[in-house]
Amino acid sequence: MAADPMAEIREVFFQECEEQLGELESGLLQMENGSKDAETVNAVFRAVHSIKGGAGIFALDALVRFAHVFETTLDAIRGGRLAADPPIMALLLRAADALMDLVRAARQGEPISDTQTQDLVAEFNALAAGKAAAHAKAEAKPAAPPPPPPAPSGPPKRSWVIRLTPKPPLYAKANETALLLRELSLLGEIEVEVDASGLPDLADIDPEATYLSWNIVLSTDKDSAAIRGVFDFVEDDCDIEMFEQPDFSFFDGGSEPEAEAAPAAPAGGTESNAPAPPAAPNPVETMAAQAENASSVSQTIRVDLDRVDRMIDLVGELVITEAMLSQRVLEAGLARTSAVAMALEELEALTREIQDSVMAIRAQPVRAVFQRMPRLVRELAAHTGKQVRLVTEGESTEVDKTVIERIADPLTHMIRNAIDHGLESTEKRLAAGKSPEGQVRLTALHRSGRIVIEVADDGAGINRARVKQKAIENGLINPDAQLTDDETDNLIFLPGFSTASEISDISGRGVGMDVVRRSVQAMGGRISITSRPGLGSTFTLSLPLTLAVLDGMVVKTSDQTLIVPLAAVLETLRPNMSDIHPLDNRTSVLALRGGYVPMVDVAEALEFGNHTTPPDQCVALLVESEGGNRAILLVDEIQGQRQVVIKSIEANYRAVYGIAAATVMGDGHVALILDVDTIVSATRDSGRTDFNRSISQVF
Amino acid sequence: MALTVLTVDDSRTMRDMLKHSLVAAGFRVLQAEDGLDGLEVLKTEKPDVVVTDINMPRLDGFGFIEAVRSDAERRTMPVLVLTTEADPDKKSRAKAAGATGWIVKPFDPVKLVDAIRRVAA
Repeated sequence: MAADPMAEIREVFFQECEEQLGELESGLLQMENGSKDAETVNAVFRAVHSIKGGAGIFALDALVRFAHVFETTLDAIRGGRLAADPPIMALLLRAADALMDLVRAARQGEPISDTQTQDLVAEFNALAAGKAAAHAKAEAKPAAPPPPPPAPSGPPKRSWVIRLTPKPPLYAKANETALLLRELSLLGEIEVEVDASGLPDLADIDPEATYLSWNIVLSTDKDSAAIRGVFDFVEDDCDIEMFEQPDFSFFDGGSEPEAEAAPAAPAGGTESNAPAPPAAPNPVETMAAQAENASSVSQTIRVDLDRVDRMIDLVGELVITEAMLSQRVLEAGLARTSAVAMALEELEALTREIQDSVMAIRAQPVRAVFQRMPRLVRELAAHTGKQVRLVTEGESTEVDKTVIERIADPLTHMIRNAIDHGLESTEKRLAAGKSPEGQVRLTALHRSGRIVIEVADDGAGINRARVKQKAIENGLINPDAQLTDDETDNLIFLPGFSTASEISDISGRGVGMDVVRRSVQAMGGRISITSRPGLGSTFTLSLPLTLAVLDGMVVKTSDQTLIVPLAAVLETLRPNMSDIHPLDNRTSVLALRGGYVPMVDVAEALEFGNHTTPPDQCVALLVESEGGNRAILLVDEIQGQRQVVIKSIEANYRAVYGIAAATVMGDGHVALILDVDTIVSATRDSGRTDFNRSISQVF
Repeated sequence: MALTVLTVDDSRTMRDMLKHSLVAAGFRVLQAEDGLDGLEVLKTEKPDVVVTDINMPRLDGFGFIEAVRSDAERRTMPVLVLTTEADPDKKSRAKAAGATGWIVKPFDPVKLVDAIRRVAA
């Protein structure tokens, strides 16, 4: 164990809290959607209960108190004493949000106090009070007072263990054990067990002798004198051993009693043992029923993320080393059928498999991100006054953790946009014959090695006339530009575009969709929108499944080896001189199937020195940026394709223009991974004169 | 011979915390994540004391204790309930199920260890 085990456990606690909060939210949403499944309510209750339990350990009292009030209401629902109607569900969801805030604040070490939750607590209390008024009878669980203590207050109860062994004179004096026990039972809660172990065989029984003893556990708020008082008259006629369970409460009120020297406390010895209660009648049926739910539980272990990351790094090194070895073998001139080459091939396959397996370890369902969205939707709905229903699908779709962390921001913007701009107001919806409640559907799925996330609304769709007008006003397109519907819709991603006539405080946070697109592109993703008038719009976000490896095309130009991300390469060709049309002394375009595509000499763009290879001697790669812009990249030769491990160049060196990252090749050399987007967008900047055409190539 | 304690709790925080406290007291600690898991452990292990939570998925503390009590070999095994529940109903249910004792969280490690030693004997 590390130096501070408590700090570790604290960290575990907060990790667990995050999981519980996720469970809580998804459970509440299921309840909101009408789930009456008892296990759902149980899971919701357990989540809050666990947080409360853990918070107690770390003395996060405000958290404990709030969780307690929250839990009390959940327990009432669980017990069928309170119906989970919409107003109550709304309250519970807000309480879940507040609980999340408290947990996050506590994790950051920020002070948390009851004032943060006092409004909610007041609502919960009002609820409990209303309920109590409705039911004239007192509830089993009292409504929690504003700062409810985790344990009920009242006179401190204590537990006493008493062993009573009568002597013959006791009975001779017409005393009766049963009466003593009844007397004792008036003092509090009592448990009695008879010890008949001293009973001899019937033949040996002396009718005047005493053989029985009683083990008594008494839970009472009375003091020892009161107990002694019961035995006042028999004290000399029996053996009484009595001691308090000083700190270990036997079914007592749960409060921590002050340790008081017990009158007679021979701790140790069999008398002091808690009597084991007899077996419960027949628990078999309940057991069988509960065991049925058991088989579906998955076997999981938890591993520190750093360890997995380290493993992924190491596997990356392994891939590189394997590639180096292959290269050396090739250089040594060994035949492909030689034993070494064959074994190496096997190694390569295994390496790839290990790599896939390790990446799978770090893969996580997108649920973690999706779970944050209902809250956002609630807040936006409240803000805009629109009625919004969020539907999520494919939450279990897995993607590498590195990607998950970066999905949240674009997703937030997409949803903001959908609710703020996509959905109409309730009045407009009603006027259009739609249901007053707008729907936002959030879907995740895997498609051809990428994860695709869609945010679809059933709003009015994009107002194309307005979008186009706006784009013209902002000088983004020529007034006479002929754009398809799709192209028009996607104008919203252009820098300097904003559709909101007035800036609302939801979408107008200084971040336009162009920024979103740029951040998505930065991680090798794409974002686009499609729209149907009157029926709604759909944002589509597509991302690579991992940011750790990349399928690349290995090219060479000016004696430099470069990697072009394979996903960006549409085709390769040899250009004909006759198809090349210079626009000015720096820029040329290539005629390609009836259109024109700007050409970039990669060596020149990256300033590798004088590049003398004539264009028609070069290999041309038709590439498409994530934004959909196309360009021809000219390089000297293509060396092949391979999967490369991405190494950050910024982290190891500094940002370099036109370079996205680096990798280590089989021969041990570092190769740079081309940033296709930057290179392609450079052609658009220099080709402003021909802007209308390049815009039509955008999409 | 160190006492063996089985802790049954679905919260990892609580399991870690218990383990930390109990190992420090010189106990051997077994862990289970819920009642069914606990019964699984009991198939091969015979701890001196069991400390269990009440609110757990799959099989809760009540069901777990009942199952333990219905097993001829384990019916005398001391089972302490460690829970945040302070509800008297729950307590009587635990008692009816056959719990040996009831400790309210958050627990004081010293007192817990003390209670375990006391019921173990």
